[in-house]
Amino acid sequence: MADVVKKATRDSYGAALVELGAKNPNLVVLDADLAAATKTGGFKKAYPDRFFDCGIAEGNMISLAAGLTAAGKLVFASSFAMFAAGRAFEQVRNAVGYTHLPVKIGATHAGLSVGEDGATHQCCEDIGLMRTIPGMTIINPADDVEARKAVFAAAEFDGPVYMRFGRLAVPTLFDESYDFQIGKGVQLAEGNDVTIIATGLMVGEAIKAREILKNEGISARLINIHTIKPIDKEIIVKAARETGAIVTTEEHNIIGGLGSAVCEVLAEVCPTPVIRNGVEDTFGKSAPALEVLEYFGLTAQKIAAQAKQAIAMKK
Amino acid sequence: MDDAKKRQLAITATRVRMGILEGVYNAKSGHPGGSLSIADYLTYLYFEEMNVNPKDPKWADRDRFVLSKGHCAPALYSVLAHRGYFPVEHLSTLRKLSSNLQGHPDMKGTPGVDMSSGSLGQGISAAVGMALAGKLDKKDFRVYTVLGDGEIQEGQVWEACMFAAAKKLDNLVGYVDNNNLQIDGTVEEVNSPYPIPEKFAAFGWHVIEIDGHDFDQMEKALAEAKTVKGKPTMIVAKSVKGKGVSYMENNVSWHGSAPKQEQYDIGMKELGDALAALEVQVNG
Repeated sequence: MADVVKKATRDSYGAALVELGAKNPNLVVLDADLAAATKTGGFKKAYPDRFFDCGIAEGNMISLAAGLTAAGKLVFASSFAMFAAGRAFEQVRNAVGYTHLPVKIGATHAGLSVGEDGATHQCCEDIGLMRTIPGMTIINPADDVEARKAVFAAAEFDGPVYMRFGRLAVPTLFDESYDFQIGKGVQLAEGNDVTIIATGLMVGEAIKAREILKNEGISARLINIHTIKPIDKEIIVKAARETGAIVTTEEHNIIGGLGSAVCEVLAEVCPTPVIRNGVEDTFGKSAPALEVLEYFGLTAQKIAAQAKQAIAMKK
Repeated sequence: MDDAKKRQLAITATRVRMGILEGVYNAKSGHPGGSLSIADYLTYLYFEEMNVNPKDPKWADRDRFVLSKGHCAPALYSVLAHRGYFPVEHLSTLRKLSSNLQGHPDMKGTPGVDMSSGSLGQGISAAVGMALAGKLDKKDFRVYTVLGDGEIQEGQVWEACMFAAAKKLDNLVGYVDNNNLQIDGTVEEVNSPYPIPEKFAAFGWHVIEIDGHDFDQMEKALAEAKTVKGKPTMIVAKSVKGKGVSYMENNVSWHGSAPKQEQYDIGMKELGDALAALEVQVNG
C-alpha cells in the first residue's frame, strides 16, 4: 500500500460528532475532563451550549446521560474505555443497559495501543464487560471511515451502543463507498484454507498476515467484525464451514472479546478449530504503542503463524 | 393549608400506607420501613405538587420523579396506583413473576415510573440529567428525587450534586429521607453523613429542613424552592422509619423484611382505625 493515510479513530469520533451536531440540534455530548484526548473538544468548540464537562466523575456522567436520554436528548458520553466501561460498569449496566435507553458511549484509548501510559489505562477488558450486558450493542471500528460511519449509525440506532476507539493513528483501509451496517460482518477477501476474523486496529495487521500466508501458498479468507455484539453469526459459520479453521485477532483480552464470541458461536453450531490472537490474559506495559503491540504478539507475523496452527488442527 | 385539605392528604397517605403493607405482605419480602417514612411527602408530591397526567404517563412536559432510594418502590407503586396510573388491586402482585411491579422501579414495565432505580446513588444523577434536558429544551417541567440518608454515603450522590449546582439547575428538588436508620444500624453508627444540611449547602444547594410528616411544612418548602433561582434545592426531611405502623416505627429490623400474617393484621387494623378516624372528621 503506497502513501497510506493514518488517523486515530478517536479523531474520527471527534470529527463525526461535529458533523452530527450540525445536522441534529438534539445532540448533547458529555465528557469527563478528557475532551482534549477523546477529541470531543471539537464539538465543545462548535456547540458549547450542547457540550457538558462532567469533570472527573464518570459514574455520574453515565447515569446523567441516561436521565438526559430519558427526557428526549440524543447523548454521546465520552471517556477512556477504562473509565467508561470499567469505572462506570455498574452505571452502564443499570442506568443504560437495564433501561435500554439509547445512550451512546464513546470510549477512546481502548486497548494496548494507549502505549506509554501503561497498564492502568490500557483497557483490554471493556468488550468483555460490555458483552455481558443484555441488549448492549458493541462496535469496534478498524479505521477512520468505519469509525465515522459507526458514529452516524449509532446516532440513528434505537438502543444503547458502546463504541470503542483508539489513540494510535492507524491506516485508513476503506473508502467512503464502504457499506457499514450495525451487526453485519464484512468479508474483505476470499480464501479457502483458513479464515482470519479481525476487529479494530487488528484488521490492518490481518490484511498483512493474509499477504504473508499468500506468499507461502496459503489462501486465507479475511473477515472484519466491527460489531462484536450482536455478532454476525452467519458470516462466521459460513467461513467455518468453508475454510475449516479460524484465527481471531483483537486488541483485547482473548477472554471475553472477539475470540470468545466467535468460539461461542461455533461451539454451538459448527465446532471448528479456533486460535485466538490477542492479549493473553495479562496486563499491558508502558512503551510506545507499536512496541507494546509487538511485545504482546499483536502482529501480522504472529497471526500468520497462528493461522498455520489452526490449519494443522483440521481433522 | 386548610384543615380539609390536610385531612384529605392524611386520608390518601394512610391509604398509601395500607397499599405498602399489602404489597410487602403478599410478596413476603420488600422494604416497608423506608417506604412508610416517605409516604407522606410522596403523597403530597403526586397529589398536590406535580404536574402529571396518569392517563398519559409519558407526556413530554410532565414533571418527573426519580426514586433514588429505589428499594422503597412499594411506596412509589402505592402512590402511583392511588393517583390512577394502574389499579390499586395490582399492589398485591408486588415482586411476583407475572407482575409488572418489580422489586425496584422499572421504567419499562410500570406506568408512571420515570426512571429505573435501585442501585443507590444513581437515581439523583438521572434526575440531574432530566433537569438539564429541561433547561436545554427551555421547558418548564420540574424534577423531583428522593434519596435515603444512608444512600448519601455513596460518592456518586456528591458527584451529581456538584454538577447540578455548577449547572445552576433550579428546576431540580431533592429530598433526603432522614429517618436515621440503614440496614446495619443508625446512620451515624455505620458511617455518619451528619451534618446533612451543611454538606448540601457546601455543595451549592439551597437547603430546607422539614418534618417529613407535616403537610404544612411540605407545602411551604416546595413554594420556597420555586423562588430559588440558580440553585437546586435539597429538602432534608426528618422522618420516622416505619411511620404509621406502631411496631415498625424506628425499628431497623423493618428495613427489609415483610410482616407475618398476624403482624400484617395488626398493621392493617392500626391504619384502618386511623383512616376511619380521619373519615369521621371529614364526614362529621
